[in-house]
Amino acid sequence: MSELPEKLCRITGIGQSEVGRPSAKSPIELTLDAAHKAIADAGLRVEDIDGIVNYPPKTDLGGGISPVGVNEAMFALGIDARWIGVANHEGPGHMGAIFAAIMAVATGLCRHVLVFRTVAQAQARLQSREATLLSGTAARVSGNNAWTVPFHAVSPTNHWALFARAYFDKYGVGEEQLGWVAVNARANAAHNPNAIYRDPLTIDDYLSSRMISSPLRLYDCDTHIDGSTALVISHRDAAMDCANPPIHIEAMGMSLGGLGQGIHVGDFTTLPATKAGEMLWQRTDLRPKDLSCAQIYDGFSIHVWLWGEALGLWQPGEAAHFFEGGTRTGIGGELPVNTGGGQLSGGRFHGYGHTYEACLQLWGRGGGRQVRDAKVSAVCNGGYGYGALLLRTD
Amino acid sequence: MSGARKLPLLEPLTEAFWTGGAQGELRVQHCDDCGHWQHPPLVRCPKCHSANLEARAVSGRGAVKTWTVNAQPWQRGVDPTFIFAAIELAEQTELYVLSNVLCAPEEVQSGMAVQVTFEQQDDVWFPLFAPADPA
Repeated sequence: MSELPEKLCRITGIGQSEVGRPSAKSPIELTLDAAHKAIADAGLRVEDIDGIVNYPPKTDLGGGISPVGVNEAMFALGIDARWIGVANHEGPGHMGAIFAAIMAVATGLCRHVLVFRTVAQAQARLQSREATLLSGTAARVSGNNAWTVPFHAVSPTNHWALFARAYFDKYGVGEEQLGWVAVNARANAAHNPNAIYRDPLTIDDYLSSRMISSPLRLYDCDTHIDGSTALVISHRDAAMDCANPPIHIEAMGMSLGGLGQGIHVGDFTTLPATKAGEMLWQRTDLRPKDLSCAQIYDGFSIHVWLWGEALGLWQPGEAAHFFEGGTRTGIGGELPVNTGGGQLSGGRFHGYGHTYEACLQLWGRGGGRQVRDAKVSAVCNGGYGYGALLLRTD
Repeated sequence: MSGARKLPLLEPLTEAFWTGGAQGELRVQHCDDCGHWQHPPLVRCPKCHSANLEARAVSGRGAVKTWTVNAQPWQRGVDPTFIFAAIELAEQTELYVLSNVLCAPEEVQSGMAVQVTFEQQDDVWFPLFAPADPA
């Protein structure tokens, strides 16, 4: 068998802009900050970058979900790309841009790809508090949102609350367990200077916080921010000249389910991400026990349980107990989870913060949140399309 | 629950679901070849790939699979307290319709038997669900 494409690739640099709620910087300025940091981190010059891709395409819709696209960024950066990629909302979701970059590098189209993700949702909400709702601006709602919005469910919170309730009912657990996902994230964020929320949060604070859509409370929801994250993905041969010990992309996995089209299968306690998890582990000899830490998508707290179980980190129903008390998932715990605070406390860098944090840990730059001797991290992204990476040190 | 609902765009595949209430019927896509019920509707049967699909009336009976009580005031002019739920229709395992349950927030629970009822707004009959005696 020929070598798997991801095994030909390395992550060589990472960069992140300031996080703002809101930021005084424009979305393109935030993008340039992240991109230049990532390129410099890799020990490269802008002229060395010959590929560029972002997720998702620029949109002028008012929610700030993707205010900067690849065209604008390429010219603002002065990149002369041989490969220009796109990764849209469909398919495996957030990680689609990373998967596209892997394919471009592995097939020899380019050697160093800049991957970025910019959000300006805090700025959008300054214009209108309703800017990020699913109801949209058209006179009538269509597509997948037509199955929720007419029933007043204008926020993804309403949708994911259904999963949290089903999980609680099936396994006999509750907010006393789920709250620890948020508490764990906040404890880790305290040591992340670029996290949006760093003040201590106790389980009692969580349990007394206001309900958004039962059983999901304020702290179960991630936070709209302005910010940008960038990565450099390089061919392994080109990576040898870079500044950092290259991070190996040991395995990748992706899958898609029907949730984004209103199609539900199962009993609302599993994610179609299970197939992404299976694909991931089929491509490596590493096993969940080998993980030093896990960066698990947390648009909502419940995602962490569902995704972790989909990845096989915990058996169905076990995630709740693994999180309870916070010791097993904290820095120094059995499996540190969302070591930078995730999106719940770090802010919605929309998946890319998780990959950034995994690399930061593998390079030993975690400071007060550094996992000792971190060698392998799983990363996963997405609520409606699913992508997972297994990253390891050189 | 008060406040106008945002109307869905009526499209060829979806119109029957949104307008069946005019005749007091909840209409769901049915494959007349293999008998599979599908919601939301698709252009081919996901089980047997047949195009022999028809929106057919179901009993309107079902059970609450999972639910949430909203509390956040997302939109001006809309009472934030509503129950959003996945209703598993009686006709087929895992045949779900997302909708509102019309009962007091403290009364809703998973497994609760419900029956469809309709609320008209313009050219749409929203299928909503009210508590029912268990079948």
